[in-house]
Amino acid sequence: MAILSTVLVVAPLVAIFAYLIYKGASSLSWAFFTQIPKPEGELGGGMANAIVGSAVLLGISSAIGIPIGIGGGIYLAEFGRGTKLANMVRFTADVLNGVPSIVMGLAVYSLIVYRQKHFSAFSGGVALGIMMIPTVCRTTEEMLLMVPHAVREAALALGVPNWRSVLSITVKTASPGIITGCMLAFARVAGETAPLIFTAFGNSNWSVNPNEAISALPLQIYNYAISPYDDLHKLAWAGALVLIVLIVLAVSLVRFVASRGILKGAS
Amino acid sequence: MAEIRSSQAQPKSEPGHPAAQPQAQGGPVEVSAIRRFLLSRGNSAIADRGFSWLMLLCALSIFGIVVLIATELMQRSHLAWSTFGLSFFFSAFTDPDTKLTMFWDPINGHFSALPFLYGTLVSSFLALLLAVPLAIGVAIFLTEMCPQFLRGPLAFITELLAAIPSVIYGLWAVFVLVPLLREHVNPVLIQLLGWTGFFNDDNPTGLGFVSAGVILAIMILPIISSLTREVMSAVPHSQREAVLALGATRWEMIRMGVLRNARIGIVGGVILGLGRALGETMAVTMVIGNTPQIQRSLLSNGASMASVIANEFAEASSDLHLSALTEIGLALFIVTIIVNALARVLVWAVTRGAPARVG
Repeated sequence: MAILSTVLVVAPLVAIFAYLIYKGASSLSWAFFTQIPKPEGELGGGMANAIVGSAVLLGISSAIGIPIGIGGGIYLAEFGRGTKLANMVRFTADVLNGVPSIVMGLAVYSLIVYRQKHFSAFSGGVALGIMMIPTVCRTTEEMLLMVPHAVREAALALGVPNWRSVLSITVKTASPGIITGCMLAFARVAGETAPLIFTAFGNSNWSVNPNEAISALPLQIYNYAISPYDDLHKLAWAGALVLIVLIVLAVSLVRFVASRGILKGAS
Repeated sequence: MAEIRSSQAQPKSEPGHPAAQPQAQGGPVEVSAIRRFLLSRGNSAIADRGFSWLMLLCALSIFGIVVLIATELMQRSHLAWSTFGLSFFFSAFTDPDTKLTMFWDPINGHFSALPFLYGTLVSSFLALLLAVPLAIGVAIFLTEMCPQFLRGPLAFITELLAAIPSVIYGLWAVFVLVPLLREHVNPVLIQLLGWTGFFNDDNPTGLGFVSAGVILAIMILPIISSLTREVMSAVPHSQREAVLALGATRWEMIRMGVLRNARIGIVGGVILGLGRALGETMAVTMVIGNTPQIQRSLLSNGASMASVIANEFAEASSDLHLSALTEIGLALFIVTIIVNALARVLVWAVTRGAPARVG
């Protein structure tokens, strides 16, 4: 019974990957990485602008989400340990993690796009950044809790101010784990489509301006997948393959670091 | 902190100022040897306080985000709320020309969220129906009977399933899963269970609630199974040994020793999976068919709360339309908050405050 269900679970994964590689690899080409989409009806074209757009969006979101998330994690692990407030923050972060991404998109739409009256890369980055905060915060906290107390005490005994001790001793000791958490959050928002539909919106031309609508890889995949043209379907598969390769790389790296990280011995 | 610092500073100050001297000169002024030493290293009291305030601010921003989402959505959905009130969630109207029951008509300004509530509930329920037994099976296999060398790779695979973006699930579902269901599964369902009325063959596309339910099931499996695994491995070994010592078979041991003890946590995991299924957008949008209707047949097209937002929001032109869509978003936000909070409480109850991780 249990073995059967495990096989049933593994089967879709194998099927998805096999299809992605089979369909994606056959439609990948040099043009895919170097050209922008052709006007509707013409064959060929690539997703270069979407790849660059994704990079811009992820840059903005990391700049927002990672510092705030790490800060929150430091508070939970170093200053608020055991307090009621910290418990509430932790709980809220977990709950916020489960809020659908499309709701985040709606909120950012009403906060930024509605007031500015135009779609922008910045608003998309904000939506993704907000989604990163809870994940980064919780993993940072978990990693900091693993740092032994003796390390903190040693730093303080040397007369180092508390803030320096936290930043250059505790956080530094836990940095492989914290980077892992950031990568995980990064990989998660890299594939998000729903919050971008009405914030970043998509753009079929080159754009790196944060104040303009911008294209993103998952957004382009979605638009191509629901289009009626076979040629665009092929591009969608290629895009999906590129996206999944990036994400699997990130996740495997995370697993590698986590399995032989410096923290193993410290805890 | 201050104590550590001063004990370090003392030896240096002693030659010039014997310990009694500052007191004799009457004052806080002459504690200055220590003070000067501290000041020479920068005023860390201010820096420390500033730092801890900054970190507190980061932590509080999480509350800020929740409040921000709630207020923004409420502000934007106010128009729909004041127009339709509570009947937004259960009304329907009859089209004067075609005499059909309608729910959602942006052109004439009639909006009712009923078909979307129905679509979300039905597709999520189908997903749970398929995913829960499988997830528990996987968790049992991984914690109780899996050979050690398979455990790592299988856990990795479940993790990978959780990391695949939903748009890729959607892409795969549109081009592989839906044709598969259409050609091979739906005819069987219609033949075997057509008499119940839940499976009609009047929808040749293959899109619909069943397709959405199946892809959702695949997507929420990893969450449920990883949480179930977590609570099952939190059951103490002595429980298992005690049941085995009473002469139970392995299955009885799992049923009585493990599942019974972990059941609250498993329910928590299932509810968490439900939370994901309720809010899942892209994959559902791509396969559910996006037709705001309520049909008895599970093979007919439908729409879910998230899918209608994804589909219509960017193109909505009237304020009322935007407002109605935002109100659906607000409802989705409130429901997922409640569902997730409930799930967290249940999981925490079992793992006793140990952090519950997803993915």
